Amino acid sequence: MFVALAVPNIALIVWFTYRPLVLNVYYSTLDWTLGSDTARAVGLDNYTQFFQSEEAGQVFLTTAMFTVATVVLSMGLGLLVALGLNRKVRGAGLAQATVFSPYVLSGVGVGLAWQYIFDPTVGALGAIVRGFGGTSPEWFNDETLSLVMVVIVYVWKNLGYAAVIYLAGLQAISSDILEAAAIDGAGPVRKFFSVTFPLLSPTTFFLLVTSILNSLQAFDLIRAMTPLGRGTTTLIYDAYLRAFGGYNQAGYSAMLSTVLFVLLVILTLVQLVVLERRVHYR
Amino acid sequence: MSTAEAKPLSRRNLAATLVTGYVPILLAILVVILPLAYMILSSFKTPADVITRQLVVLPNPWHPQNYADAARVVPLGRLFLNSAIVTVIGAGIKVLLSVLTAYALVFVRFPGKRYVFFAVLATLMVPPQVSVVPNFTFISSLGGQDTYWGIILPGLGSGFGTFLLRQAFLQLPADVLEAAETDGAGHWRRLWHMVVPMAAPSIATVALVNIVFEWNDYLWPLVIVSNPQMMTLPVGLTLLHNSESAAASYGIVMAGTVMVLLPVLVVFAALQRYIVTGLTQGAVKG
Repeated sequence: MFVALAVPNIALIVWFTYRPLVLNVYYSTLDWTLGSDTARAVGLDNYTQFFQSEEAGQVFLTTAMFTVATVVLSMGLGLLVALGLNRKVRGAGLAQATVFSPYVLSGVGVGLAWQYIFDPTVGALGAIVRGFGGTSPEWFNDETLSLVMVVIVYVWKNLGYAAVIYLAGLQAISSDILEAAAIDGAGPVRKFFSVTFPLLSPTTFFLLVTSILNSLQAFDLIRAMTPLGRGTTTLIYDAYLRAFGGYNQAGYSAMLSTVLFVLLVILTLVQLVVLERRVHYR
Repeated sequence: MSTAEAKPLSRRNLAATLVTGYVPILLAILVVILPLAYMILSSFKTPADVITRQLVVLPNPWHPQNYADAARVVPLGRLFLNSAIVTVIGAGIKVLLSVLTAYALVFVRFPGKRYVFFAVLATLMVPPQVSVVPNFTFISSLGGQDTYWGIILPGLGSGFGTFLLRQAFLQLPADVLEAAETDGAGHWRRLWHMVVPMAAPSIATVALVNIVFEWNDYLWPLVIVSNPQMMTLPVGLTLLHNSESAAASYGIVMAGTVMVLLPVLVVFAALQRYIVTGLTQGAVKG
C-alpha cells in the first residue's frame, strides 16, 4: 500500500515527460499553429521538407560544431584545471569552488553579462583589442563568430563541472602506480599519457556522455546572446523558434524535437555499446 | 607546516608546482572572477561610462540609479517574489516526491519495481525542451498560462532527485531498519523517524540542487508566461534587455543581471560543498 506514495511522482513523470514524447510524434505529422484549434494532417511532409532542404544540413552542422567544440574544450580545459587542483597547492579548495561556480548560474544572466563584454562598440573586449591597435570582431553580425562567441561562453560556464569530475577521478588514482612509473624512469609527460590518462578513461567516458547530452540541450545562453539564432541555430533552438519564434510551425517544431530525441537515443546506445568496451575499468 | 606538506615547495619542485599548479589555477580563477566582477561594477555605471569605446572598470561616479531604472522598466520586486515562490514551492514539492519515491523503490517490495526505476532513470536522458510543445498545449488548455501552478506543475516529477536519493537510501544500515521493522515500526514511522534523519545530508543536497535549478529555469517559464507581473527573474531579465536594447542601457541590464546571479552566488558560496557534491554525484562511482 505504501507504494501509493510513489504514484504522484511517477504519474507526473509519465504525464509531463513521456506523454509529450509520444504526442510529439503525432504533432510532427501536422501543419499546425500553436494555440490554434485546427490543424491539417500532412503525413511525413514536415520530415521530407526538413531533410530535403538545405536547412537540415545547416542545422546539423551548427549542432555538430557547437557540440564537438564545447565538449572537447570544456573537457580538455577541465582536465588541465583538475591537474592543477590535484597538486594540492594552497587554496585548492577555494579555487575548485570558484572554477565550479559559473556552472550553477543562470544561463540567461551569464549570457547577458558576456554580451556586454563582447559588444564590439562599448564592450570591454573590443576596448582591450583596440588598446593593442586592433579592431573588435563583429561577434553579433557574423554568423560564424556568433557561434564562436556562444561556444566560448558555454565553455566558460561548464568547464568547472568537467574539472571537478576529473579531479575526483585523479584523486582515485593510487599514488603507488605513479611512483612505480617514476621509478621506472617515466617523466611527467610520459607518466600522464601512459598512466594517468588511461586510468582516467572511466571518468572521460562518463564526462563524454554527460557533456554531449548537455551540449545538445543548450538553450538559455543561445537565446540570451543570439535571440534570432542564425549562426547559432542548433536543433533544439530551431525547435523553439519554429513553435514560439513567430514561424507558427508547431508541427515542424515537434518534428525537430522528435528528430533530436531519436538522435539522443541513438547516441546513448552507441556510447553504451561501442565506447564502453574500450573503457578501462579497474 | 610539516616537511611532508612543504614538499611541493621544495626548490626542486618549485618550478613544476608553479607551472602546473598555481599558474593554471590562478588563470582559471581570474577567468571566472573577472567577468563577474565586471558585471557587478558595470551595474553601477552611468550611461556615459557605458557608452564609451574606452575600457572603464570602476564606475565614476557610482550610479545605483540603474537598479531603480531597471525596476521602472520591469517589476523587479515582483519578479523576485515570483522567482522565490516558484523556487520554494517547486523545489519543496520535488524533494518531497523524490523522498517518497526513493523510499518506495528501496524499502518497499512491489512487482515491477525494476521497470519503475528504469522509467525514473530514463528521464535523465530526456531534455525538458523536447516536451515543451505538448506540455504548453496541455497546460494552456487548463488555463495555466500566467499562473504559478502553470509554471510549477510540469517540472514537479523528479527523476534526478529520486535517483540520487535512491543511491543514498541504499547505503543506509539495513540492520538498523530491519530491527525497527521487527519492533513493529511501520513504513511511515521508519521513513520520517529513521530514513529521513539518517539521509539528511543527501536530502539537503537534492534540495539545494533543485533550488538552483528552479531559480535558473528559463525555457518553460518563458513560453508559459506572457504577463510581466507573472514572470520569473530570468524571463523578466530578457524582457528588460529587449526593452532597453540601446548600448547606453547596459548599466540597467547589468543591474537586472546582478539580481539574477547574485542570490545564487551567495547561496553557492555558503553551501558549495553540498551543491558540488549533488551536481557531480554518480560520476565518482563511474
